[in-house]
Amino acid sequence: MMDGDARPYDRTPGVEHQEATANYLSYTVGLGLAVLLTIVSFVVAQTNLLWQPGIPVGLIVLAFAQIGVHLVFFLHIGTGPDHTNNVVALAFGVFIVFLVITGSVWIIANLNWNMMDMHP
Amino acid sequence: MLGRLSWAAIPLDQPLPLYAMGVVGIVILVVLGIVTVKGWWPYLWREWITSVDHKRIGVMYVILGLVMLLRGYSDAIMMRSQQAIAVGDAQGYLPPDHYDQIFSAHGTIMIFFVAMPLVIGLMNFVVPLQLGVRDVAFPTLNSVSFWLTASGALLVNVSLVIGSFSRASWWGYPPLSELTFSPDEGVDYYLWPLQISGIGTLLTGVNFVTTILKLRAPGMLYFRMPVFCWTALSANMLIVAAFPVLTATFAMLLLDRYLGMHFFTNEAGGNQMMYANLFWAWGHPEVYILVLPAFGVFSEVAATFSGKGLFSYRSMVLATLGICVLSFMVWLHHFFTMGAGADVNAVFGIMSSIIAVPTGAKVFNWLFTLFRGRIVFTTPILFLIGFMITFVLGGLTGVLLAVPPVDFVLHNSAFLVAHFHHVIIGGVVFGALAGINYWFPKAFGFTLDDRWGKASFWCWLIGFYLAFMPLYVLGLMGMTRRLQHIPDPSWQPLLLVAELGAIVVFLGILCQIAQLYVSIRTRESRRDLTGDPWNGRTLEWSTSSPPPAYNYAMLPRVETIDAFWQMKRNGVTAAEPAYETIEMPRNSPIGFVIAFFATTTGFSLIWHIWWIVIVGLLAILFIVLVFGWSENREHEITATEMARLERARLGLGRPA
Amino acid sequence: MTIATIGAARPELVRGRGGGGPASTRTVVAYGFWIFLLSDFILFSGLFAAYAVLSGNTAGGPTGADLFNVRNVFIETMCLLISSYTCGLGALSAERRQPGRFLIFAVLTLVLGAAFLVIESTEFAGMVSKGAGPSRSAFLSGFFTLVGTHGVHVTGGLLWLIYMAAQVVAKGLRPHVLRRLLCWSLFWHALDIVWVGVFTLVYLIGIQ
Repeated sequence: MMDGDARPYDRTPGVEHQEATANYLSYTVGLGLAVLLTIVSFVVAQTNLLWQPGIPVGLIVLAFAQIGVHLVFFLHIGTGPDHTNNVVALAFGVFIVFLVITGSVWIIANLNWNMMDMHP
Repeated sequence: MLGRLSWAAIPLDQPLPLYAMGVVGIVILVVLGIVTVKGWWPYLWREWITSVDHKRIGVMYVILGLVMLLRGYSDAIMMRSQQAIAVGDAQGYLPPDHYDQIFSAHGTIMIFFVAMPLVIGLMNFVVPLQLGVRDVAFPTLNSVSFWLTASGALLVNVSLVIGSFSRASWWGYPPLSELTFSPDEGVDYYLWPLQISGIGTLLTGVNFVTTILKLRAPGMLYFRMPVFCWTALSANMLIVAAFPVLTATFAMLLLDRYLGMHFFTNEAGGNQMMYANLFWAWGHPEVYILVLPAFGVFSEVAATFSGKGLFSYRSMVLATLGICVLSFMVWLHHFFTMGAGADVNAVFGIMSSIIAVPTGAKVFNWLFTLFRGRIVFTTPILFLIGFMITFVLGGLTGVLLAVPPVDFVLHNSAFLVAHFHHVIIGGVVFGALAGINYWFPKAFGFTLDDRWGKASFWCWLIGFYLAFMPLYVLGLMGMTRRLQHIPDPSWQPLLLVAELGAIVVFLGILCQIAQLYVSIRTRESRRDLTGDPWNGRTLEWSTSSPPPAYNYAMLPRVETIDAFWQMKRNGVTAAEPAYETIEMPRNSPIGFVIAFFATTTGFSLIWHIWWIVIVGLLAILFIVLVFGWSENREHEITATEMARLERARLGLGRPA
Repeated sequence: MTIATIGAARPELVRGRGGGGPASTRTVVAYGFWIFLLSDFILFSGLFAAYAVLSGNTAGGPTGADLFNVRNVFIETMCLLISSYTCGLGALSAERRQPGRFLIFAVLTLVLGAAFLVIESTEFAGMVSKGAGPSRSAFLSGFFTLVGTHGVHVTGGLLWLIYMAAQVVAKGLRPHVLRRLLCWSLFWHALDIVWVGVFTLVYLIGIQ
């Protein structure tokens, strides 16, 4: 194995590469966006800003947006060829998370309905 | 002081397990005695126990798997024998309580401590060599992974002599596995060892995904990697994706059992079906974790022993990746009958049928690789041909079972038992045995005796069909799995045939032991002096047998698929390269020491000896902190030293 | 040819197609830790799935709407989010070999993370004292396990941060210390990502 500094063609997640000001800017913009989205989430959850039955969907969309902000502004996940490994790994991970959660919810809801789940 | 452990835990009133452990205990003591008398401990400690060399770790994994095969197989023949004789009025020799522990242990050991170690061992040994690099990404972590797996295997076997094992099958479904119905230590003997070895396996997954994606010889583009490395990548991606689900599921069951929570209990809102759902969300990818590397072995074997490149490399890679992704979309087929509606069952049934397609593509590729090749009939090729026939048939029964209405008749019958043994033995076991025969000379410097290898192949093949074809028929006749007593006497003739099959498989195992013994005794006549006994195509055959610790003095420059074949065709000269100073990882005892404390912690958790648990966890934390502070984990081999080593190894006379 | 010259002569071999030879230790370590973090996300997804399925099974006991204090959750969220920011600024300082500034940001991160834990443990203790502990119902088992596992990760992360700060003080910002700091900051950001999922799915949807 070889040691040395990261080469320009191999981005790792989270590593700083750009100039100082660009990076401080990245974090600050990220914080600002994330704070904004968080406040919106809390407002949506507790008021009638959004149509009532649509609140959970709205909150989930906002959550994805916040996670996206974290990934881009804090973890510096990008889209260039140097980021391919990181993005593919992340995509695979997201795919599995999606399958496990939505698959389980769908299956168990189906089972509960068919088995007349008695639990309160 | 000692939790719920007491002298009553030792089954003095049950002769079978006591005799079994007596025999095992004597064997262990004899082996330890020989090692001590011959003064081998320093060598073993330095070269094997603290080794972080992927080649050594790979060999240790395979040894663990083969030893555990003996234990798992003993469980199998006990069950077969019980079923062969306990018909009608006869009660057999195994009471239900024992029988239940035996089938639970059989499945647990075969999946987690035989199949996984064999497959991971082969990947450990071969992948860095095939990638043209010196070791995996995290060698010390690799050692930790192995020793944690060994710790799990040890703990499960301790249940033979101290306490009893789980009676809740290798799945551990609640509510049977909850405290209400399994109040004793059995289920804990199942859960804790698997959590411990699960950590090891997850770390292996992280290690190999990183190695394959980030550590390859210069010029080895993704589409120039050997197919075995692609299957290893897919299998390890599945490990990273699936094992956390198992860890979470077992953690929830442990929380129910230890802290009175209600994830899967009958009362207070628990949902048992969620356990089955999550268990199989891991369980289905698990079987692909096992079989994909076996597919990789067969790809290598097919190409090497037909003297041709693998047919359609790209479609092989795409099929492998397709299987990898699809394997996560079929898991409900393990519980079609649990009460889901037709819509859910239909979706998963269709997905389960679809996943057969890329596997079919691979089978055609292997066939076309063999077609018009100059086939050399060695043991590995026999296993390949046996695999192609057996796995296809087993896969077909799987596609049958993927149809929900069919599964409603056959779920949990002997038909299902026959199906999964069909694909696991035909796929994973044959693949592991082929891989062992294929790469043994690379690991040890001499080939295995081919006649005994072929004998073991025929015994396994014939034994397998004798043992499991009757089970298909019995399943269709209505026999369910896990029966301690056979209610219908008309089933007995088929069960006797199955028993015969189990005995023939045992002969196959004896042939393997004979093969090892004979091969070691006559090794001088089968020395591998060139490093390339099979006229291989991939980079591992360019090293000596066994390779030096650092694998390659200079990392090879790769320009094509089948890089070594290309080098041989181009007639690469034996000119001495310009040696460079390299860094190699130092040995480390932390894998062994962490696993030691993991074993004491696991045992104490099982028996509720809380103070030992705390001591063990603190010890592990301390070791991690010490390791986390350390810096000098690598040692240098200077260019001069490298030159000296290489010249000595290659027998080159004069210095530069 | 060395890696550098391969890259110069045959750029298509290195950019994005993987032909550049073994990556640097820093890249390997960071990528390996990234894969480990993804496995941790999947562990959480199992717990999220269990929570989602069991969240309605309150066994006649208290529901989320009865128990959750949204104001405290907002404060926790802000603490963790700002601690991600200070973590990022600390990482920048470390990259620029400024140990003093790094330590300042490390302390800020530690304080904010500790505040998060204090609020969360108070919440847990309060629920237990009201008889709404994890063994009361499946919903509460799911809640305590999911949120508690996240809390355990945060605790581990803070202890790790203290350990890293000690290494920086003792050894300075050498390459291997920087690699470990990189892993730590990946971990810390990942925990905030998981928290986004937690406060949205558990608390905000739970009070509907």
